[in-house]
Amino acid sequence: MSEQSTMTGPPVGPSGASSGGAGLSPRQRRNISRGVQYAVFVVLAALVVSWADWAAIREHFLDMKVAENLFPEIFTIALKNTVIYTVSGYVLGFFLGLVVALMRLSSAAPNRWIALVYIEVFRGLPAVLVFILLGLAVPTAFPGIRFPFDEYGVVAIALGLVSAAYMAETIRAGLQAVPRGQMEAARSLGMSYSRAMITVVIPQALRIVIPPLTNELILLFKDSSLVFAIGVTSATSELTKFGQDIATEYADSTPLLLAGATYLLITIPLSIVVRRLEARQAKAR
Amino acid sequence: MAHAVEIRNLHKSFGALQVLKGIDFTVDPGQVVCVIGPSGSGKSTLLRCVNLLEEPTSGQVVVDGVELTHRDVDIDAARRRVGMVFQQFNLFPHMTALENVMIAQRRVLKRGRAEAERIAVENLEKVGVADKRDSYPAQLSGGQQQRVAIARALAMSPALMLFDEPTSALDPELVGDVLTVMRKLAEEGMTMLVVTHEMAFARDVADRVVFMDGGVIVEDGPAEQVIGAPRHERTKSFLRRVLDPTHTDV
Repeated sequence: MSEQSTMTGPPVGPSGASSGGAGLSPRQRRNISRGVQYAVFVVLAALVVSWADWAAIREHFLDMKVAENLFPEIFTIALKNTVIYTVSGYVLGFFLGLVVALMRLSSAAPNRWIALVYIEVFRGLPAVLVFILLGLAVPTAFPGIRFPFDEYGVVAIALGLVSAAYMAETIRAGLQAVPRGQMEAARSLGMSYSRAMITVVIPQALRIVIPPLTNELILLFKDSSLVFAIGVTSATSELTKFGQDIATEYADSTPLLLAGATYLLITIPLSIVVRRLEARQAKAR
Repeated sequence: MAHAVEIRNLHKSFGALQVLKGIDFTVDPGQVVCVIGPSGSGKSTLLRCVNLLEEPTSGQVVVDGVELTHRDVDIDAARRRVGMVFQQFNLFPHMTALENVMIAQRRVLKRGRAEAERIAVENLEKVGVADKRDSYPAQLSGGQQQRVAIARALAMSPALMLFDEPTSALDPELVGDVLTVMRKLAEEGMTMLVVTHEMAFARDVADRVVFMDGGVIVEDGPAEQVIGAPRHERTKSFLRRVLDPTHTDV
């Protein structure tokens, strides 16, 4: 695969135009390399297509009779719950993450330690484990505890706890990216540390981290599927669980495919937004 | 007469590095004092100690009768009386020029919106950038940004203005606008402490010039004497190098 060609004849100067074995120019060699890559893609695609059992696929993944049964609940219940879980977890995670990020940069050492332990623990644990612990273990440890809004509360808190750890690190990086002179200018105008943070530093930091925080929203959107770990009713089920349940009921995979497509309906536009935001920031710099 | 600034035996170290090695000096109300000296001489650190952006290692800083180095002092309240202008302007990039000049009036002095806006516009007019009130810092030239920064400090009605190399980050053709504003302030009787490399400004505007080198004050006297007829060899050598950069005597 090396682009470097060995010298086979007498030195021909730095241009290297004729240094290829067959006397090809760099452009010609690049075109050949591209052609080989495309050929490999085409062959692989052809293999997959010829291998697949199209009749079985049509029956098990694209069964319109089964698909009919998904509507309108796939939107009115499943997507709605997915969005509720994601947004409530995200909002909670954002504010908790902001607090942890500020603690991480605090001049008081205990604040920094607590923030660090929090981040390491919740970044290190699988999200599904946090769901199980929160849904099953916490009620055992604290008898009589009730989460607000039942499953919705548990999911919001679990997603919030996990995403806060990631968002804290992102927000911390954003806070540190704001030049020190901003804090100094604010303090020299008589603002207290917290006033300067709220008025001057945090707004600039958040602007910087909007793209990575939107990415976190996409991740969370998918993580909301982990709610299955605590068991949900048909009224509180979200896209993955919803698709899985109906797929089991009809012994057919069409619902899974549709559930997947519904995720993409949300995540792809979000990704486009992130790319736009990143491009805008790159231009502003 | 009480001093506007009084500094007694000020020391400042960063780790093992001693930057200020016992500074004593005063500024009287209405005086313009320029601090000159080679880079690394501690002049910016001295200025930053006056409003406690740097915490002195030892010694006392008294501004307007308030000892800032006293541990019970409300530093936020004390800083309201001291305006600071930075080399890098440090305007808030997410706010317009007008908002930059209003924000501390609103949040710190708790002035009403109408009053804060009136005072902001007055000060923007004073520094000659009132027509840029709705522009964001990124849309302004360096000279315009620095003048907005001066207006922002003035809007707090400070008793003392600190300038930390206010023209060092500017393109040469924009230096004049900022110096004109500072000259006007001096004529109005503002107490000013200016760290600068602009020798012409120091000679013409300053009542006193302080020459620092190696963390100590080497020479402190009337501008015409320190710049025109320096007594110390270190001052002479520094001025020769600054006034004639091609001259080499080291």
